[in-house]
Amino acid sequence: MVINDQVMDEQERIGFQLRSLYSNHGYNRYKMSKFEEYDLYSRNKDFLLSKSVITFTDTNGRLMALKPDVTLSIVKNGKDTPGELRKLYYYENVYRVSASANGFRELTQVGLECTGAVDSPCIAEALRLAAESLRLCSENFVLEVSHLGILSAFTDRITDSELIRKKILHCAAEKNLHGISRICREQEIPEGAEDGLLHLLKAYGNPLEILPEVRKLAEAGGIGNYAAELEQAMSVFSDDELEKRICIDFSSTGDLKYYNGITFKGFISGIPDCVLSGGQYDTLMRKMGRRDRAIGFAVFLDMLERLNEEKESYA
Amino acid sequence: MLNIALPKGRLGETVYAMFARAGFECPAVLENSRKLIFDNEAADVRYFWVKPSDVAIYVERGAADIGVAGKDILLEYQPEVYELLDLNIGKCRMAVAAPEGFQDNINRTLRVATKFSRIARDYYTGIGRDIDIIHLNGSIEIAPIVGLSDVIVDIVETGKTLRENHLQVIEEVVPISARLIANKSGFKFKTEQIERLCRELRKEITA
Repeated sequence: MVINDQVMDEQERIGFQLRSLYSNHGYNRYKMSKFEEYDLYSRNKDFLLSKSVITFTDTNGRLMALKPDVTLSIVKNGKDTPGELRKLYYYENVYRVSASANGFRELTQVGLECTGAVDSPCIAEALRLAAESLRLCSENFVLEVSHLGILSAFTDRITDSELIRKKILHCAAEKNLHGISRICREQEIPEGAEDGLLHLLKAYGNPLEILPEVRKLAEAGGIGNYAAELEQAMSVFSDDELEKRICIDFSSTGDLKYYNGITFKGFISGIPDCVLSGGQYDTLMRKMGRRDRAIGFAVFLDMLERLNEEKESYA
Repeated sequence: MLNIALPKGRLGETVYAMFARAGFECPAVLENSRKLIFDNEAADVRYFWVKPSDVAIYVERGAADIGVAGKDILLEYQPEVYELLDLNIGKCRMAVAAPEGFQDNINRTLRVATKFSRIARDYYTGIGRDIDIIHLNGSIEIAPIVGLSDVIVDIVETGKTLRENHLQVIEEVVPISARLIANKSGFKFKTEQIERLCRELRKEITA
């Protein structure tokens, strides 16, 4: 039987295209159960995009949850594979609280996870696949890339207080530079201590223009190795059409309890929120007793519901 | 086209004047009409007049690329937006006020009436005080007078309303002013225009 793809909506079509893309790059489908023990989420609440989880008691009395996330299950159910790469993709429904719906929603998510001996080529491949995933959705996209090691080093230089660091990183995510300076003055941190971080946050744009500046800043701060990692990852876009769609932006933060190194977010013109999010999560792996390294990302297919929708004229 | 949500009222008019001086003019905005949306294709800009507390929603949801909202609204609703500039206008403060001569009895839960539940909760959590929040939508000053609450957490501009109701500021929570906010996605695709506006506004703020 020939399948008429006209019966598919935009989300379904993109979902299938993404699955083909990942499969063609050697990623295997990871099919999982809809349920997971609640304990996994209660121990890693900060990792979840929404903190509330739908729970129920299973027939054996265990407290279960409808999955609000896929990565945690893949990490929990996987085993370390020293010297090897485990390349997986998934296409799953997750259950999260949506602020707009004022309640839980079932959301479709497709993504990939690469665990094991994750090296520079593997990170570069994940970044490239993230950019290609966005291109499959729309030609008018931006992939925003950051390096948490660099951001974190510049924040550490301002304060060693966990609470203040958290506040500063919150401001960084909002590009709220005046807020960072205000926190520093309120905390009586010596004037100028935040200058490095402010420079870093002001340095956003195309990698060709921004990477030399980031290298200079990072070398001055004794973290040239992180800048080299970022450059190496970005080299996957050299002399490529995709390069003009990449934006280095250190306001793209992630929770340092889980993420480290390269992180990224994808945006499509006309869609108000990010449609793709990912990065290296070696820290989460350690937290869950794993020694492997890991990188992955998710595409939020529900965000694509209104893709290509013509905006009405206001006139 | 850059879509800008302005807060209706005097603050919005001051903000529009700043934007116009920065090269983002749209003379129709000042016409005395019931229209709420105004375009100027030459300047590639469109303005909307919206309720001040809704500006952040318009921006967060991408209906507007940028907007101007009070820090009180940003702290209370915590929208996922960029906060690009402190415009240094619409200055006031969020404060705790109580009837004159009020003495806090720390053996009791403090009853706090406010429109800004999250700000109040965060403030009292920060100082470790047990409170009972009474969420009201207006005329907050009445609450301690009629015994509904012990104190209020509210915006104080001149303090005149407080004085007239025999209330006084007992603690300052946070200074408030108008902020330029941007949609995170819109910023990526209209970076040049938004940056140009920020550059021009910065000159005016520091002048």
